[in-house]
Amino acid sequence: MRNLIIALFATIALGSCGNGQKGDNKEAQANAEGGILGAGATFPYPLYSKMFDVYHNSFGTKVNYQSIGSGGGIKQLQEKTVDFGASDAPMNDEQMSKSPAAIVHIPICLGAVVITYNLPGITDAIKFSPDVVADIYLGKITKWNDKALIKLNPGVKLPDLAIAVMHRSDGSGTSYVFTDYLSKVSKEWNDKVGKKTSVDWPAGLGAKGNEGVTGMVKQTPGGIGYVELVFAIKNNLPVGQLQNKAGKYVPATLQSVTAAANVELPADMRVSITNTDAADGYPISSFTYVLVYADQSYGGRDEAKAKDLVKLINWMIHDGQQYTQPLNYAPLPTDVVKRAEDILKTVKFGEKQVAI
Amino acid sequence: MLYYILLRMMAAKSNFFNAEERTFRLSLSAIALILILILVGIFCTLLSASIPSIQASGWKFLFSSAWDPVTNDFGSLPFLVGTLLTSLLALLMVLPFSLAIGLFLGEYYTEGRVSQTFKSVIELLAGIPSVIYGFWGLFVLVPIIRSIETSVGVIPYGIGLFTASFVLAIMIMPYAVSITRQVITMVPRHLKEAAYSLGATRYEVIQKVVLPFSRSGIFAGILLALGRALGETMAVTMLIGNTHSIPHNIFAPANTMPSVIANEFTEAVGTIYTSALIEMALLLFIVTAIVNFIGRQIIKQFAYDDK
Repeated sequence: MRNLIIALFATIALGSCGNGQKGDNKEAQANAEGGILGAGATFPYPLYSKMFDVYHNSFGTKVNYQSIGSGGGIKQLQEKTVDFGASDAPMNDEQMSKSPAAIVHIPICLGAVVITYNLPGITDAIKFSPDVVADIYLGKITKWNDKALIKLNPGVKLPDLAIAVMHRSDGSGTSYVFTDYLSKVSKEWNDKVGKKTSVDWPAGLGAKGNEGVTGMVKQTPGGIGYVELVFAIKNNLPVGQLQNKAGKYVPATLQSVTAAANVELPADMRVSITNTDAADGYPISSFTYVLVYADQSYGGRDEAKAKDLVKLINWMIHDGQQYTQPLNYAPLPTDVVKRAEDILKTVKFGEKQVAI
Repeated sequence: MLYYILLRMMAAKSNFFNAEERTFRLSLSAIALILILILVGIFCTLLSASIPSIQASGWKFLFSSAWDPVTNDFGSLPFLVGTLLTSLLALLMVLPFSLAIGLFLGEYYTEGRVSQTFKSVIELLAGIPSVIYGFWGLFVLVPIIRSIETSVGVIPYGIGLFTASFVLAIMIMPYAVSITRQVITMVPRHLKEAAYSLGATRYEVIQKVVLPFSRSGIFAGILLALGRALGETMAVTMLIGNTHSIPHNIFAPANTMPSVIANEFTEAVGTIYTSALIEMALLLFIVTAIVNFIGRQIIKQFAYDDK
């Protein structure tokens, strides 16, 4: 009996010892190999997976990316547990002031949010105007054969079906971009609801993830929801045509999303390009960013590590762009690439600029 | 200090002066104490992390229906109502089944192949992961509920309070059934035989002897099932519709406390938002504790006094 108890305690003690050792080894190994650690947005995860895989095969540097969400990415960067963070929404002023040091935003690619719907028997693309979308999500337009929708779609036989509104139940960059757009096009939305990764939706049901919204809309007759463009393309979802600021009905394609960035952009690239002024731009587009510290000489990092990081990001905005379109992400327009380069040049190690 | 507490606890028992006995008792008591420490530790962590939200909202948190991350106005009432409603509805749905299956396996088919098959099936049901139930609900149950809703005249969402409660009922059934079955087999034979000898039919024996005797045990099984239902996250979050409002009819979408925590915690930015979610977890912890306490009191009331 006594021997059994001694054996039990010994096993527990040894077990906990072993785990501690393993953890230290992994970190040491990653540092030794020059591996880069990143975390953040789930939206660009497929693209980053591909990019980092190609980068590893070409240059030998291993990049480990955890898609824990934009909020998580920012938090981990602020706590200096990762080398870079990734976020769909740029950090707001409160987050910037809470960070221990200055953080720069480097845009990598563009994404878009599209309206998908389920109208049994109707094959034409439904046209939406910004006001109509806002009113649907505010719960003011409740049926598909509402006057406003009939006016926008004269030839279509809209059924007398209730609109089943779907939104995201989990906090997400997609929700941020969509609510950001609605805040710009509808004063009532801006006052009543606002924009954030998770808001107090006035109407509709929540589903988890892009997949959840897609699934719910596909299965509910009369359903309407917002999903990332990548999803809509991959799953062949019917996509609504949205009227942009210039009044044109721009189809949601990779070209129109890239065109949305052809506007006046601030130097630090912390900008929202929804409801874009660009005449050919799709109205609900957004950048997705990689976040790094402006001064890389923190926490005992050496210059080699900073160089690896800057080299990686530089590759992502130049050669890495060729992987965006096959995966249905919109590439950066050329002048945005130039802006991104300029920002990358401001990343320093102590006093010196990090040479690429 | 701890050593002396344990020593005093054990001094009251016999066999204290036997060294082997003492070591054994000491290690058992130490391990049991660790369990209590873990529980207290969880409670303290939840409490300390929800202080920002408690300071911001105060008692309003318990009664407010708002949930606005933009203006940091949070209230837990819809989630509290959702959790209690889904669990109680699931319990109502499971009660007749657990009684029926418990009697079937405890009274009629106590041994043999039928009994073994049923027992294996029920244990298998208990082992299916929560996410699988969620998927099954989404792909099989939701279209059925949707057709029911169209015939009733409500918006055919398919997901909502009823769907979530139904799947929850299936998930908690094994727990209620297995305890009910065990308790029913434990009814003393002399009581049943006395009833039979007085001319009672089988149904009357069940109604007047077996069920009253096992009342408290059946209730304990129900309580265990309720405890599982209160904390169930994945299946519920896929099927409940995630709307921050109190449901106004049985087919309406709602939300529960574990569901909202699971959905929003990873992306929650801002101290008050995160703290409000942790306060919600604390509230769930307290609600579960209260339900368990009330349940145990009721079990004590119901316990069949043999003397």
